[in-house]
Amino acid sequence: MSKFLRLIPCLLLVLMLAPAHAAPDKVPAPVRIGLTPVFLDDQAAFVHAWRTYLEQRLRRPVSFVQRGSYREVVEMLRDGKLDFAWLCGYPYIRNLNRFRLTAVPLYKGEPLYRSYIIVPASDRKSRSLTDLRGKVFAFSDPDSNSGHLYPEYLLARQGLTSSAHFARTFYTWSHRKVVEAVAAELAQGGAVDGYIWDTLALTHPELTGKTRVIAESPQFGHPPIVANRNVAPELFKAMQAVLLRMAHDEAASPLLSTLNLDGFVYGDPRLFDGIADMSRYLDNTRDAPSQRR
Amino acid sequence: MLHLKDVSLGYKIPLRIAALVIVTAAMLASVLVYRNIESLRSDLSANASRIARVVADTLVEPLLHDDLWRAYEVITIPFRSTTGKAGELAAEYILVLDIQNKVYVSSKPARFPVLQPLDIGQPDIQRHLAVGSPPWPDELQIIDPPASQAIYLVTPIEADGVRIGTLLMSYSKQPFSTRLRELTRDALILTLLVLAALLPLGGYWGKHMAAPLLQLSEAMHNVGQHLPEPADLPLEESSDEIGQLAKSFKIMLAELKEKEQLQQQVITSDRLAALGRLTAGMAHEINNPLGGMLNAISTYKRHGEQDPLTLKTLSILERGLLQIKETVAALLVEAKAQTRPFDPNDVTDICTLLQTEIEKKKIEFTPEVELIDAAPISSTLVRQVIINLLLNAFHATHLHGHVHLHLYRNSDHLYIDVSNDGAHIPQEKVSYLFEPFTSLREGGSGLGLWVIYQIVQQLGGLITVQSEPDHTQFTIQLPLERHHE
Repeated sequence: MSKFLRLIPCLLLVLMLAPAHAAPDKVPAPVRIGLTPVFLDDQAAFVHAWRTYLEQRLRRPVSFVQRGSYREVVEMLRDGKLDFAWLCGYPYIRNLNRFRLTAVPLYKGEPLYRSYIIVPASDRKSRSLTDLRGKVFAFSDPDSNSGHLYPEYLLARQGLTSSAHFARTFYTWSHRKVVEAVAAELAQGGAVDGYIWDTLALTHPELTGKTRVIAESPQFGHPPIVANRNVAPELFKAMQAVLLRMAHDEAASPLLSTLNLDGFVYGDPRLFDGIADMSRYLDNTRDAPSQRR
Repeated sequence: MLHLKDVSLGYKIPLRIAALVIVTAAMLASVLVYRNIESLRSDLSANASRIARVVADTLVEPLLHDDLWRAYEVITIPFRSTTGKAGELAAEYILVLDIQNKVYVSSKPARFPVLQPLDIGQPDIQRHLAVGSPPWPDELQIIDPPASQAIYLVTPIEADGVRIGTLLMSYSKQPFSTRLRELTRDALILTLLVLAALLPLGGYWGKHMAAPLLQLSEAMHNVGQHLPEPADLPLEESSDEIGQLAKSFKIMLAELKEKEQLQQQVITSDRLAALGRLTAGMAHEINNPLGGMLNAISTYKRHGEQDPLTLKTLSILERGLLQIKETVAALLVEAKAQTRPFDPNDVTDICTLLQTEIEKKKIEFTPEVELIDAAPISSTLVRQVIINLLLNAFHATHLHGHVHLHLYRNSDHLYIDVSNDGAHIPQEKVSYLFEPFTSLREGGSGLGLWVIYQIVQQLGGLITVQSEPDHTQFTIQLPLERHHE
């Protein structure tokens, strides 16, 4: 509550400034939403349709912002350049004090997902990360849970680091591209968001068909939609309401169907405890003498 | 052994035109194929060099940032939008090598895995590019090993003048051979089509060109045996060289023919002159003893004893000698007798004389006399000539035949035309027509035309014969005696 009170001057400032900008045409400033490749964000037509949907429901302009890495979006959200962002659970738990959980996607009836370790379909032998020793491995994003944190954690549990275990690692900055890199055998292994791999398996079976899942992580909290804590409560509520209603909105069903999601639900920050545990474990390992990288 | 030079122009010209057409078509086709392949090659070089430079420049940042995925995306761009025809010119694969010549990234990771040294399992590249023996070329270089199935483009990747890697693009030569095959096939089909259209045309033109030459050649070939009538030759009239040749040939032929006729006439008249001299000489030689013998017989008959057997014998001798005398007299035509001039009444006399002959064969006789008064020429001789000619004509023509007599004169000559529609005189007999004892019919003495000829000769005239089927005409031209006028 005290935090809220502290926000009032800021809100007032915003309210004072906003009319100055909005007065000429009475159009409120657009809601800025950051997107990261935690879903198949490379579908411009879908993004456009979703934006139109949100504009209609929120009755104000919406602008989507896409960037090359999680870090850029996270920083923009942190700096208030974005109002909301669809992020991975990993950056969320690292910015718990700055970000506010707005909604969590419902995938297969649960707000949960897994990380997959995949190898090229031609590799019929490898059974685990350990078997990929000396190979080239593809991560999606340094700030991704499923695409980086989880495999790093797995290796750390065995006293290994990715730089020592693999001959080479690289980031594709997108889950989909991890699948592509492994399918092309550019990497002999990769870590990918299980939800994305499953969705690709539906829409692009020829791509996932060239890969094989050798390991699945336990379930983690699905990458959530979070808000900057400074976002106006009305806007936060409005956005949350719109997202949560999507599951029951006929007009949203094609969007959800494209997303391969059942809807959005309230999320409890404790959903992401698993990620937080891994993050903490790795931080401790890094503090130990064995240097990563 | 048949040499080409011995082959008829009728084949040689069409064959040469055909050969020319084939050679032209083949050359055009090969030039087109060659040009096409060359342009494909230069297209590929230009295209590949452009792509190589762009890709090398774009790779600088990913390489500096060690962003493997970005580098992969850059080198796979050229493969994304290339399909169909454009895909033919696309690279087979692209390699990015780091400074240790290890594969940094490749467009075919399965074949060229990341971090693999290039010299492992790539004998082609190793052999032709001498990988591992630095330095690599300092600027874009196209390497086209003759034995290799590929062309390589090697481009250094440099950041601020420092080499950070090498871009290697491999282009398969397969499209060239495929295109070459396609082009060759197309060219072949096209050539065959052109040939199918042009060869008959060429053949026709060739034949057309050769035809006048062949005609001329055949005509010349025939000259040896006999002189053909210029009008009968199927030679084309044109103003080109062949036409002129044909014209010259016709003129030559006409001249030859004239010469031949002249020669024939000379021979004939020479022979007739010789015969005339011989006859005259013999007649004199015969007449002298003959006169003596006849005198002797006459004297003996008047003064000698009249023994009946002797008389009978002498009579036989005398009749025989007289017959000889008559024959000799007939052969010896004497034109010296001075008689009155020939006048139109003589024609009437002749008609009267010959009336019996005319009626006997029911001949349609049409005398046409264009003489008004007497012509200064011996009437006896002219009458004899006309009578002989008419008698011959009457004999020559058939029952109800037609005989025409045309008499006319100018200031110098008298002309006698006698024509009939009877059987014509064969060419080979014309030469001997005027010789004595040459008869065209049964029972003729063969002296009629001889006499005519002798008279005409002695009068200094000309006699010509024209004989075609159903029309035979004798024309006699006799000079008039000037001093009488």
